[in-house]
Amino acid sequence: MSLHDFLSQAASKWLKDDGPESDIVISSRVRIARNLSHQTFPMLSTDNDKEQLLHQVIKASQTPDASRLGPFEVLKLDELNDIDKLVLVEKHLVSPALIEEKGGAVLLRKDEEISIMVNEEDHLRMQCLLPGYQLEAAYQLANQLDDAFEDSLDFAFDEKKGYLTACPTNVGTGMRVSVMVHLPALVWTEQVNRILSAVTHVGLTVRGIYGEGSDAMGNLFQVSNQVTMGQSEEEIIGNLHSVVRQIIDHERKARRFIVQEAHGRVEDRVCRSFGILAYARQIDSQEALQRLSDVRLGIDMDIIKGVSASILKELMVATQPGFLQKYNGHEMGPGERDSKRAAMIRERLRTDSN
Amino acid sequence: MLCEECGKHPATVHYTQIVQGQKTEYHLCESCAREKGVAAYEAIAGPFSINQLLSGLLNFDPAVKERMDSPGLQCPECGLTFNQFKQLGRFGCPNCYKAFDPALDSLLKKIQTSDQHVGKVPKRRGGVVAVRRQLDQLRNDLQEQIRLEKYEEAAHLRDRIRELERQVEP
Ligand SMILES: [Zn+2]
Ligand SMILES: [Zn+2]
Repeated sequence: MSLHDFLSQAASKWLKDDGPESDIVISSRVRIARNLSHQTFPMLSTDNDKEQLLHQVIKASQTPDASRLGPFEVLKLDELNDIDKLVLVEKHLVSPALIEEKGGAVLLRKDEEISIMVNEEDHLRMQCLLPGYQLEAAYQLANQLDDAFEDSLDFAFDEKKGYLTACPTNVGTGMRVSVMVHLPALVWTEQVNRILSAVTHVGLTVRGIYGEGSDAMGNLFQVSNQVTMGQSEEEIIGNLHSVVRQIIDHERKARRFIVQEAHGRVEDRVCRSFGILAYARQIDSQEALQRLSDVRLGIDMDIIKGVSASILKELMVATQPGFLQKYNGHEMGPGERDSKRAAMIRERLRTDSN
Repeated sequence: MLCEECGKHPATVHYTQIVQGQKTEYHLCESCAREKGVAAYEAIAGPFSINQLLSGLLNFDPAVKERMDSPGLQCPECGLTFNQFKQLGRFGCPNCYKAFDPALDSLLKKIQTSDQHVGKVPKRRGGVVAVRRQLDQLRNDLQEQIRLEKYEEAAHLRDRIRELERQVEP
């Protein structure tokens, strides 16, 4: 199978499609934690409890209201091989924690914009993941999903404490909203730490998608709400929205600044990275991410033409170990992965130039 | 020592459970422990930042320290003790919130900056909760009007409050 066919089958919609502000915002995600009344949380559940719960959730997903948002395919993690589990994590459809415990499952919509984890830390974690900057749309979808499941499941709720969750850091709305952003110019101009630490003063957190702090690989960051109680869902979204808007503005300004002040150096770095990706025979994932980030910046700044902008998010996921092994059809050690990763990137670049 | 449950595999999970003052020791193999859902206790009790953060917060809280010393604090629905919650940083079931309630408010204020949910309400309970929230607001307004000596306004509010109270508590 060609890489193009493989990706178009294996990639989620958020990886293939563009969205608003997608020169900076890669994806928008809303995740809602819910639990059923009078049932132990998965940490204390027996295998049998977990199976019963999954059964209840599947039934709830088949009611008219819920199936209008589906249909959902049910994947029991215990029945998948290690590579397929890893691929789900790399596509951000399930958490790493889900694949480590027994009895975990995920209900997936075909376009993978909706995934519902069952028996993770909470009974249900309903996720809506959209390409680009679509917080509001992601929230609307998650809210509909919540309503549809609530019709047939008795969610644990307390008037004072809100939706009850296994961990006190999620109680209240049970909602975690996050935006993945690509900030190469803020990193280049060394403003990123200042801006990101300011963000933590308004109840939000920032972390690298791959690696922490200023070592965040590929200049990819995730901004999300820290607090789930004492603010309504609308306030949480509004708060994140106003901060992300400012981050977008700062990144745009920084890009204009480096075009004027450092065009030669930026052009050199972008083109070197393009050259390495186009010709390297071995590349580790850290270097690949950094070079892909450079090339993406080059595309956004019109330095590189004829390469599709989705290359960064597509390859940041497709060059991860699980995806690489899936594409090549067998398990590989790190050394072989470096060669296959380089080959995949070369092939992807060739696809565009044809 | 062999697992007490199956008698086949070596017992690697050892723990003590106190149910209504009755202490029972268990020695199980890993797969039987998982069947009982207790292996997770061990697995999650390991070094994990958020747990340590939470138990750190709880240990430094004098209100919580006092509660902890009363040995019986335990959730009647899932059996999790307050001490176990402290170690794990996780609740055992939704009822734990009620069982540990007095000790939780200050913890929630610290990690959440508030101990009051103001967001979405499940549809089936929507009516009542919305009315109670409105009642809280009206009672505050009433106090304010009395303070300002606006008695006519206050009388209005009092009537409205009585009306809503009848809806919530028939
Ligand atoms: Zn056994
Ligand atoms: Zn409990």
